[in-house]
Amino acid sequence: MSVRRRERTDRILKIIFKATGLATIALLGAIFFMLFYNSIAFFTHISPIDFFTGSQWNPESVNGTYSIFPLLASTGLVAFGSMFIAVPLGILTAAYISEFAPRKLQIVLKPVIEMLAAIPSVAIGFLGIVLIGPAIAKLFGIQNGLNALNGSILLAVMALPTIITIAEDAINAVPQTYKEASFALGANKWATLFKVTIPAALPGLIAAVMLGLGRALGETMTVLMATGNAAALPKGFLDSIRTITATIAIEMGEVPYQTTHYFALFAIAAVLFVITLVINLLGEYFANRFRKFHA
Amino acid sequence: MDQIKLSAHSLNLSFGEKQILKNINIDFIKNQVISLIGPSGCGKSTLLRSFNRMHDLSPDAHVKGTLKLDNLDLYDKNISVTEIRKRIGMVFQKPNPLPKSIYENLSYGLNIHEFPKNEIPDLIEKALKESYLWDEVKDELKKPAVKLSGGQQQRLCIARTVVLRPEVILMDEPCSALDPISTGKIEELIMSLKKDYTIVIVTHNMQQAQRISDKVAFMYLGEVIEFDSTENVFKNPQQELTRNYVGGHFG
Repeated sequence: MSVRRRERTDRILKIIFKATGLATIALLGAIFFMLFYNSIAFFTHISPIDFFTGSQWNPESVNGTYSIFPLLASTGLVAFGSMFIAVPLGILTAAYISEFAPRKLQIVLKPVIEMLAAIPSVAIGFLGIVLIGPAIAKLFGIQNGLNALNGSILLAVMALPTIITIAEDAINAVPQTYKEASFALGANKWATLFKVTIPAALPGLIAAVMLGLGRALGETMTVLMATGNAAALPKGFLDSIRTITATIAIEMGEVPYQTTHYFALFAIAAVLFVITLVINLLGEYFANRFRKFHA
Repeated sequence: MDQIKLSAHSLNLSFGEKQILKNINIDFIKNQVISLIGPSGCGKSTLLRSFNRMHDLSPDAHVKGTLKLDNLDLYDKNISVTEIRKRIGMVFQKPNPLPKSIYENLSYGLNIHEFPKNEIPDLIEKALKESYLWDEVKDELKKPAVKLSGGQQQRLCIARTVVLRPEVILMDEPCSALDPISTGKIEELIMSLKKDYTIVIVTHNMQQAQRISDKVAFMYLGEVIEFDSTENVFKNPQQELTRNYVGGHFG
């Protein structure tokens, strides 16, 4: 191949690779633009104050009330509930696999947990309807087991493989020398785990929790199936709820084009987007703060 | 007569099928510095680590024989390994400060062993002074320990060991990752610690062994070939192997 031809191939390939890289950024920018452009259209109809402070989401009514508050509370409630279950469970499981499990069990446990992530969210929704729903109804003596608690449990199941896998990697990556230093000072396994290994793995653990939380906030199908779909302000975990994601999924298909209701769905999607963005940035900030203690 | 502080008798150690230490018999005298020398893979570090039971962490390590600190059997089932490690401290080859602040690196061990909270700051200051580190770090105790230079980190690791007031300090090539000036400081520190502690040090540096140790043990293929005063080992070795090694003919 002549030098000139080689140089040309080189240039073309460079352009292709640059284009693929930039395409991702363009995609993110486009989604961002679409959400906010349509949201601005919404806020020309409805004041942001009513949107954030009202208490009812009722687009079908004559006047149409659009308050994100009950939806946001629903999303927050199931996400918080799922993390309440999944974070301790996930981190302790990861610590067990990484630090305590005999090698044979380790080899079995990791792929099995990762397989949990392969279950489609619709199938997990089934689980909520036929198993966890009735169980909750019976346990608490209520009519309907499709509520925030049900959603929290299912989302915890879905977030667990993410949290366990990343947390296990983080704990595993803690240098053996830290643990040796701790043991040599007379610390036992537990003190070493809780005072040295887990703090050293903290950046990775925060990343694990953030990704798990991201999954819980963005998950649609499971919460749509298992939480009862009541767009009212929840008073507790035993109330039926409707998350932001489920609302968009249910209503987007039927809403007339470019009506207030249509724009409203973009506005709530934009709010969700901002929340996940902030969570990611916070996670990054904390991860950096702890990273400076590492060589 | 000199008091025997630490000893191994009929010590055999193997990892799985592979025997690393063969019938080791050795006594270390109180308040002396003892160097373990020998080519890589001869079992120096393995011997060192058997005294504070670091091999407990490897499931396929088998230790046979009697190891004693004074009259305490180190492998007695009723003895807590954490107590042993408090009395026999260890400094590693690569400086390994915990990913915490300078202060927390020292308070960690004190808290583990439940020293009274109100005594901790004074104990830390004393240990840092003894480790010749106080003047360099006294204004930045909250700084992450990894921000210190390699030599400072290693002195911190020594301070972290010293703060627990052990009886024996094991050092596994503590200067191998350091420059000559830092090495000089550590050697000076070792000499000053000798009055309070018994120090067993693994080293590949013949000059260092001669400078700091009272006695030297030459090991080869898992056996102690010669164990004598530093002067005898280097100037008048009894064994052919020792003579070749300290003379620089192999290793």
